[in-house]
Amino acid sequence: MTSQKILSLNALSKRFGSVVANDAVSLDLHQGEVLALLGENGAGKTTLMNMLFGHYMPDGGTIDVAATNGDMQPLTLGHPQAALSAGIGMVHQHFTLAENLSALDNITLGSEPLLALRRDRAGARAKVQGIMDRTGLTAPLDTPVGKLSVGERQRVEILKALYRDARILVLDEPTAVLTPQEADTLFENIGAMTRDGLAVIFISHKLREVLAFSHRIAVLRHGAKVGEIATSDADERVIARMMVGEDTPVPIRDAIMPGASVLTLSGLGVRSHAARDSLTDVNLTVHAHEILGIAGVSGNGQSALAAVIAGLQRPDTGSIQVDGVEILNPDPQVMIKAGIGRIPEDRHHDGIVGAMSVAENMVIERLDDPAVQTNGLLNRAAIAANAEKLSQSYDVRGPGINARARLLSGGNIQKLILARVFEQNARLILANQPIRGLDMGAAAEVSRRLLEARAAGAGVLLISEDLDEILGLADRIMVIHDGQLTEVTSRNREDIGLKMAGEQT
Amino acid sequence: MIRIEPRNAPGRLMTLGVPVLSAVIALALAAIPLALAGADITVAYGEMIKGVFGSVFAFSEMLTRATPLMFTGLAAALAFRAKLWNIGAEGQLYLGAMAAVAIGAGAVDIPGLFLIPLIIILGAAAGAAGMAVPALLKTRFGADEVVTTLLLNFIILIFVQMMLEGALKDPMGLGWPQSAPILDQGMLPQLMPRMRVHSGLILALVLAGIAQFMLARSVWGFRLRAVGENAAAARHAGIGVNRSLFGVAILSGGLAGLAGVSEVAGLKGYLTADLSPGFGYTGIVVAMLAGLSPVGVVISALFIASVFVGADSMSRAMGVSSYLADLVVSMSLICVLIGGFVARYRITRSKPAVGAT
Repeated sequence: MTSQKILSLNALSKRFGSVVANDAVSLDLHQGEVLALLGENGAGKTTLMNMLFGHYMPDGGTIDVAATNGDMQPLTLGHPQAALSAGIGMVHQHFTLAENLSALDNITLGSEPLLALRRDRAGARAKVQGIMDRTGLTAPLDTPVGKLSVGERQRVEILKALYRDARILVLDEPTAVLTPQEADTLFENIGAMTRDGLAVIFISHKLREVLAFSHRIAVLRHGAKVGEIATSDADERVIARMMVGEDTPVPIRDAIMPGASVLTLSGLGVRSHAARDSLTDVNLTVHAHEILGIAGVSGNGQSALAAVIAGLQRPDTGSIQVDGVEILNPDPQVMIKAGIGRIPEDRHHDGIVGAMSVAENMVIERLDDPAVQTNGLLNRAAIAANAEKLSQSYDVRGPGINARARLLSGGNIQKLILARVFEQNARLILANQPIRGLDMGAAAEVSRRLLEARAAGAGVLLISEDLDEILGLADRIMVIHDGQLTEVTSRNREDIGLKMAGEQT
Repeated sequence: MIRIEPRNAPGRLMTLGVPVLSAVIALALAAIPLALAGADITVAYGEMIKGVFGSVFAFSEMLTRATPLMFTGLAAALAFRAKLWNIGAEGQLYLGAMAAVAIGAGAVDIPGLFLIPLIIILGAAAGAAGMAVPALLKTRFGADEVVTTLLLNFIILIFVQMMLEGALKDPMGLGWPQSAPILDQGMLPQLMPRMRVHSGLILALVLAGIAQFMLARSVWGFRLRAVGENAAAARHAGIGVNRSLFGVAILSGGLAGLAGVSEVAGLKGYLTADLSPGFGYTGIVVAMLAGLSPVGVVISALFIASVFVGADSMSRAMGVSSYLADLVVSMSLICVLIGGFVARYRITRSKPAVGAT
């Protein structure tokens, strides 16, 4: 690009505890440019944008923004107000609008002086009207936002940023909530805005729109920038390869003949207002001695699938069989007793009670067990002995079994959950993103345990957005897209990557 | 730039030190209005201490005042542990008191050995029923229990007034809106001759001990703590969240009902619409000051009762307003809330990070 540079991120890094969310990411943006930021879920896209907007304080690195005269000046980090006044606007995936106020009030909200006696509504209206005329972004200004459609609300959010004279606009997955027609209109509007000199960063994992509407593509993986390419040089295969990565060492997986079916889902359906929580006619079978991998981009129904198998969500249609026995009234306790061990996706939120001790968290799923309680009173000696034994055999390290579980590192929390699940000799192990966010050592340990359970005769349903993980562990692979499952026979990562993106090849 | 970061874990010193320090600071801050009222501060605090510890009678009065606060404090502490915000202890107290006079004021004439337990059980049941309604509304329809329990207080109080003018009105009461007195054998035994302190105190202490033990050692307590600390993880682990919430709601309401039983059957003998000077609401302060620990409730109820009784005595001796007690109680709540924040977060200073690497 020949036009002038407007923003540069220099070696930005951010760690959350032991997890590296961004590792020295550098990125440049020019006037009038549309940059697509691509990456799998958890690759660090949102963290990077939150640092740009001042929501997070970077652990290292700097940001330079062009002043109005074109000089690059350092941005004060960690201050949303500084980012706003430097002309950076952000439209989040989840809107931040006051539903009871009119669109115009929402647009001007926050940019008016707090103590002014009267508001210059006519001036504000004229300015917004001017922006709408130039960009083609239209929204009914006097209607309460609560009555607007999702597409209109998004336009209000963008108008809000432009009203504050944004020169750099960040859109976090803008089309995730739009119909295809609305998405097309949005990209036409973006085109008009960039002709005015606005620079746009948009986060997406839809390859089609990235190729159609961006000028340049940057790809993040595991927190690091792994590639940058002009859109004119890119095609879907190149990007899919960049996103899912090159081959990594594969854990040793002995060939074992699968046994009888341990989990069968037939015609399973979940209806939900949000497309991302819906399932349509899901059929799958997991056998003993088998790991079935479910690959897919986040938000395509994985959570609903996991919630049904964990007993947290009742399906609207279809049936669930565990070991050939139909489960009629699924709830978490019924599923645990039926022999399903669950490794939840959000281990901090669903996996442990952080304020309770490590020992208590190790028995939380089997409080009815006579080894844990006698006549309603806890067998504290037995609970402590159990915790000592499991900490030893699963190598859970931390300040001790009586310490609060939240003091453990992410890897040790996952080991605690593994210990809890594997000690119950589950018939089926539901492992939802079991490796995400773990360091190499803990990740290898999780893989080893899953393979061990498989060898011992359990079936494993592995849900992951990391294709490497699935290719390394799974005996069979299915792809989930838009709430539907399809089996893939190819182990070619580009084929699978395209299916994950919803392309039919 | 000043940043606020969560601490890893509040230490034992913090959990014990924060409430104590809050109480001391609240008492110290009370010196300002005292001085403004023109009182000699050292004399005033001396009168306050004398009002609590100056005689056996003074001390017994403090224990009498602490008794209902222990019940309502326990009611709030248990519910709050499960993150069930029962603000309705005041109303549940009146329901318990109403049940006590309904059965105890002559409806049945049986020996005290049977009548006293009957009064206690029915009073607790009435309080429990009063909390069962908001708990059902919450677990079935997601209605916010803060709103429903708070509003029920007013409904119940008006209902009590109606009953005192109607079905429960004492025919011998010279027209006053008060109930008939509880039969002599139905009254809770006194603990000391010629003092007002009664065996409701013993019941409160025993219940606090049981609650402390059950919270730490029983499966019920385990479930309750798990639901309160992380309902999502509890649900995932197969703990019936709504069932736990409903169970603790019943207990909490029952304890608040016992506060009413203890006041009418231990102290007043009959029910009036001004039975409680806000014991239900003060119980919330007691529970917060106690860090929601049942044994802590006993200690903080003794402290709050000392403040009330001491301030009463001081105001009589010095001629300053006894509203000072309310002031200290409110300020200790504010101090403990601020203290709780300080215990959970630490405030760090860092340089403005322009171009920091």
